[in-house]
Order: sequence, then structure tokens, then C-alpha cells
Amino acid sequence: MHQVLSSTPEGIFTINVGPQHPATHGVLHLVITLNGETILKIEPHLGYIHRSIEKMCESLTYRQFIYVTSRMDYLSAHINNHACALCVEKGLQVEVPMRAQYIRVIMDELTRLASHELWWGAMAMDVGAFTPFFYAFRERETINEIMEETCGARLTMNYMVPGGVMADIHPQFQQKVKQFIAGYKNKIAEYNELVTGNVIFQNRMKGVGYLSTEDAISYGCSGPVARASGVACDVRKRYPYDVYAQVQFDEIIETTGDSFARYLVRIREMEQSVRIIEQLIDNIPEGDYQAKTKAVLKLPKGEFYQRVETARGELGVYIVSEGGTTPYRIKFRSPGFSNLSALNEMAKGGKIGDLVATMGTLDLVIPDIDR
Amino acid sequence: MLNTISFEAIKTAVQQWLNMHWGPHLAFIAECILIGLLVIVFFAVLGLLLVFMERKVSAVMQIRLGPNRVGPKGWLQTSADTLKLMLKEGLTPDGADKFLFNLAPFLIMIAAMLIMVPIAFARNFQIWDINIGVLYISSIASISVIAILMAGWSSNNKYALLGAMRSGAQIISYELSAGVAVITMVMLTQSLSIQDIILSQQNGWWIFKGHIPAIIAFIIFMIAATAETNRAPFDLAEAESELTAGFHTEYSGMKFALFFLAEYINVFIVCAVAAILFFGGWMPFHIGNWEGFNHIMDYIPSSIWFLGKTFCLIFLIMWFRWTFPRLRIDQLLNLEWKYLLPISLANLLLMTIIVVLKWYL
Repeated sequence: MHQVLSSTPEGIFTINVGPQHPATHGVLHLVITLNGETILKIEPHLGYIHRSIEKMCESLTYRQFIYVTSRMDYLSAHINNHACALCVEKGLQVEVPMRAQYIRVIMDELTRLASHELWWGAMAMDVGAFTPFFYAFRERETINEIMEETCGARLTMNYMVPGGVMADIHPQFQQKVKQFIAGYKNKIAEYNELVTGNVIFQNRMKGVGYLSTEDAISYGCSGPVARASGVACDVRKRYPYDVYAQVQFDEIIETTGDSFARYLVRIREMEQSVRIIEQLIDNIPEGDYQAKTKAVLKLPKGEFYQRVETARGELGVYIVSEGGTTPYRIKFRSPGFSNLSALNEMAKGGKIGDLVATMGTLDLVIPDIDR
Repeated sequence: MLNTISFEAIKTAVQQWLNMHWGPHLAFIAECILIGLLVIVFFAVLGLLLVFMERKVSAVMQIRLGPNRVGPKGWLQTSADTLKLMLKEGLTPDGADKFLFNLAPFLIMIAAMLIMVPIAFARNFQIWDINIGVLYISSIASISVIAILMAGWSSNNKYALLGAMRSGAQIISYELSAGVAVITMVMLTQSLSIQDIILSQQNGWWIFKGHIPAIIAFIIFMIAATAETNRAPFDLAEAESELTAGFHTEYSGMKFALFFLAEYINVFIVCAVAAILFFGGWMPFHIGNWEGFNHIMDYIPSSIWFLGKTFCLIFLIMWFRWTFPRLRIDQLLNLEWKYLLPISLANLLLMTIIVVLKWYL
């Protein structure tokens, strides 16, 4: 006779979710210990998409290494590049022209919108609704078109360079962004109508995947995940960079700490991103889009750290320089890694369906976790 | 003119021809074979049609075009897909219980085929008007859960087993309220025979003249039917974001296609039953004493009436699928045991009162 399903006498068994699984949105591997449908323990296994980006950066110059970072959190490519550019600028002590700062922040916020769009669609798909995914992609497509026109790329933009941005914005840029923003407000209302208000959806999300404020802090969670648990950690607000200090926007904080709170935080963040873009788009100052820098950049000996708020949370770039043209050591502090480490805390005791709903609200991008 | 080419006329003509040329026994056997072939052909056509319909409906809801390359407007897409599935290798995993594993897809198809027996497709066009028609349908429909459990268990795969256990719990639970909803309507018609149920709606469909209990029964039946056919928002048995493909994770090629087909056939069947119970099956739409209007309605062939109603309900079920998120397993069972079942029992009581007091005419 063949052996039928290994399990302990108490009926506890393990299943492997991933590395090829529709819910993990990438090559994440979770080993889940189950008792029937109830989850006892989750162990994330990483390493399937490790490309040693940090090591690679050590042999690339300060101009070159930025391009590799687009491949970390590919949904926040602009923001990753922004963090690296800021860190190098900190070392070089370059003053970035106002025009470049405005463009950078607008691009960051557009990226955040595009990223949250994709998250929203994938999130709805995780809980079983397919249609929102296509609605989300309709808007994301417009953003991608704007990106393509200005940066020449749709996913790995590589637009930010030390000292500013690579090229000036497209002449149509302002008009297109304004057009998009004007239509976009109704779209958020549509999302709320389609998904947020749905009774089944709310039942799936409320009271599920609870993360307490203490746990959020001790696991080092950041971004919407931490803010949904009541941790005020928006880098744009706490440690403003570029023109973020001058724009008006709210830091969205929820205190319930469940999946629905994380969902709401992201939805409201989209509204805030729209608000930021609205403030900036009409006031892009004239001037240079790039500061004058040397052809070969050399950072002085020392350690430099810069953090930014990506769509997923706090991204830290830590450069150790020996004074040469390439970094001696680079370390990225990625938001997804810390957020994923709290998954066991959130999903323990829930059902398999809860795990998927919780994982959806973490907004994991695996290449970001596994660099 | 229209009456001469109705299904009823064709049936009678074939019957007469067979009886004229062959003996009664031989004619009966020939009829059985003919019916069997017809059911298989009908299944194939229905499967292709419903899959195509689902893809087009989902495309409209998801602001895209859907299949439009193979054949005119993509009509041959599903045929091409079926051909592909036929050519694929039907893999049987090493650790699987081979006998049960290979039996399950056929069992689910056989169950679906058997349900066709009492369904009336047009006026006097029915394979067999059993006097326990509705009961027969509910009981045969339960066989499919055995096939699903069989598939899940014999696959020797944890995802498949989880899916099968979910499906078992779900179908057995929702059969109760579906059954009670059917009984509610049987109270009105006072007969289990499909023919009698349809004929009792000659001067108005039950959804209109059955008062509020009929409407409640209809809603409950549709919810339970969606759950019984394992379709979203109750598609926990295959919940692809949780269990990859649930009970048919290990199936490939034509064996997978049979499960896939059975899902669509079951959708057709539950919608056909709903059309018969609540919307008068092939009975045309009549309004009281509007002779002219009723006359025009009578000119539409009865088969069109039946299929039209059924496909409207199928569209409704597809609409559910492409709109709602999925429930969680405990919420699913709560919905049935805490809400639907008590409501349908109370509804049955209400209907009994209405029938006893003869308020329904």
C-alpha cells in the first residue's frame, strides 16, 4: 500500500506554500505547520531570488550602482534610486537644484501610487476577487505611460542620478499628470465601492492578522504595516528629505493593527500621494534639473546612511567608503524583510485563508526581501 | 408552422419512425442509445459554450476583450483548448491511489449526466418524467461530493486533501438549505414531478405568484446552488490563492478537463432547476388577461424560453464569480448553519401557512 499523507498522531502536518504558489507573489517559500485548517507556525524560507546585489554594488561606481537597485523593490524603483542618490549626495555634499527635487518627489509619489495600485489588485485577488486587478492595472498603465515618456522605461526607470535627475521632464509631463490626478480621485471612490465596502471582504479582513504596536516595533516593521498598528514611522514626515518638508500631507495612522487597518492605510495613502502631487505639479521651479558634479564621483572616507519611505516602508542605504570610486561596503535595509518576519506573529492561530489575506496586506515584493 | 419544428414534434416523429420500422423492444434500445449520444453531444456543446461565455462575461466585467483570435470572434477558442487538453498526458502521481484517482473524474461526470434525466428542455421534451423528479435531482447531485472527496484523498497531496475536505463540508451543508428551498416550492406545486411543477405555473411563474416565501426561497436556492457548484464566492474547494487548485491539483489533461466540464454542467443544472422551480421552465411569460400579449409570448418556442431563463441565471452566477471575494471556511459554514438554514426553515413554515390558507392563487 502506498503511504497516505504523513502527519503526527495529533493530526499536525506541514505544507510548503511556495516557492511556486499563487499567493506568495514571487518565489517565497513558507513552511506552514497546520492542525487541520488552523495555522500553528509559519517559517519563511528565503534565498530563491538572491542576486547578491549588495556585493555587486561594491564593484560598481557611485553612478553605476544606482541602476542595480531598481531591481530590488521593482515596484518602487524610483524610490530606491532616490535613496541611493540621496546617500551619495550626502557624501559628496552636493546641493540638489529645486527643480530636480520637485521632479523627484513627484516621481516618488507616482511610483507609490503605481505600487499601491498593484498591491490593491493583488490583494483583492488573494481574497478571491479577480476583477479589481484589471481595474488597478488600468490606472497603473497611465502612470507607466507617464514614466515611459519621461524616463524612457516603465519598470526599472533609473531616472535619479547623484545631483538630480537624468533628464528634464517631458514637455507634456505636467499636463498629463494633472489629467491623471483629476480622474484618479473618482477611481479611489470606485475602489472603495468595489472592494472596501464589500461585506465579504470586510469579514475576511477585520480582526485578522493582528499585530500589536509592541510587536510592530520589536520586529522592526515599517511603512503601512507599522502605521496600521499605531506606529508613527513615516520617514517623509519624521526625517523629511528633498521637498517633503515643504508639502502638506497627513501621516495615515490606524490603531486596530489588523489586516483591514493595513488595507485602509494604503488606500488613504493613495489619497495623500495625490495631495502631494497636486501641491507640487503646478509649482515646478525653472532651473537646472541636475547639479554640476564631477565625471568620476569619489566619496570621502566615512560612513553614510540615508533612509526614505518606499511604498513598502523604510528603505535604508548604508554606504561605507574608503575614499575610492566604488563603495567599500553597501547595505540596504529593506522594509519587506522586517515586515515578513512579523508574519508568524500575525497569522498564527488563524486559518489558511487568513494567512493569504494577511500576506496580501504585507505587500511583499520578494526581490526586495531577498537581494 | 413553429409547432411543427418544435423538439416535441421531432421527438414524436423519431419515435414513430423507429416503432414503424423496428419492433418495440429494438426501438426502445435504439432510443436509449440515441438519448445517450444526445446527452454526450449536448454536454460537449454546453461545456464549450459555457466556458466561452464565462470568458467573455469575465472579459466584459474586467474591461478587456477576452478570446478573439481563434475562429470568428474567438468562438473556436474553447474547442482549441479542449483539443489541447486531449493531447496532453494524463499524469497519475506516484503516490496516488490509482484506481480511485482515475475513477473520480468519471464519477463526477456520470453524476452530472444522470441529473439530466428529469430536466424538461422544452414542451413535452424530457428524457423521463420521474414522479420524484426534484428529489431525484437533489439525491444524484450529492454523488458529486463523493467524487470530489475521492479525487482529493486519492491524489495523496495535502492541498488536494484540504480542498476535498472543504468541499465535503461545504456541499453537505449547503445541500440542506437548497433542499429546504426546493421543498418550499414543492409545497406549492404539491408534486415532485418536473412536468407537474412546470404545468402548475401556466398562469404565472411561482416567483410572481408565490408571494415573499418564493422570493426568499429563490435567493436561498441561488446562494446554495453557487456553493454546491463550488463557484466563487464559495470556491473554497479550489481557492487558487490558498490551495493552488484544491482537489484537482494533481489532475492534468482530459481528467482535469472532466472536472472543469463537470463544474460548468453543474452550473447549468442548478440554473435549469431554478428556472423550472421559480420561473416556469419552458412556460412562456403570461400576464393575466392580456390575450394579445400572451399570444405573442406563446409564439416564442418553449426551448428558447427554457434556455433563455437558464442562461440568464447562469449569467447571474458568473456575475457573482467576477464580483465577490471569497469567504473563509468558517464564515462559509457560519453563513449556512447560522443564517441560511434557520431562514429557510422559517420560510418553509411561512409557505406552509400560505398553502394551507390557499393564499397563493
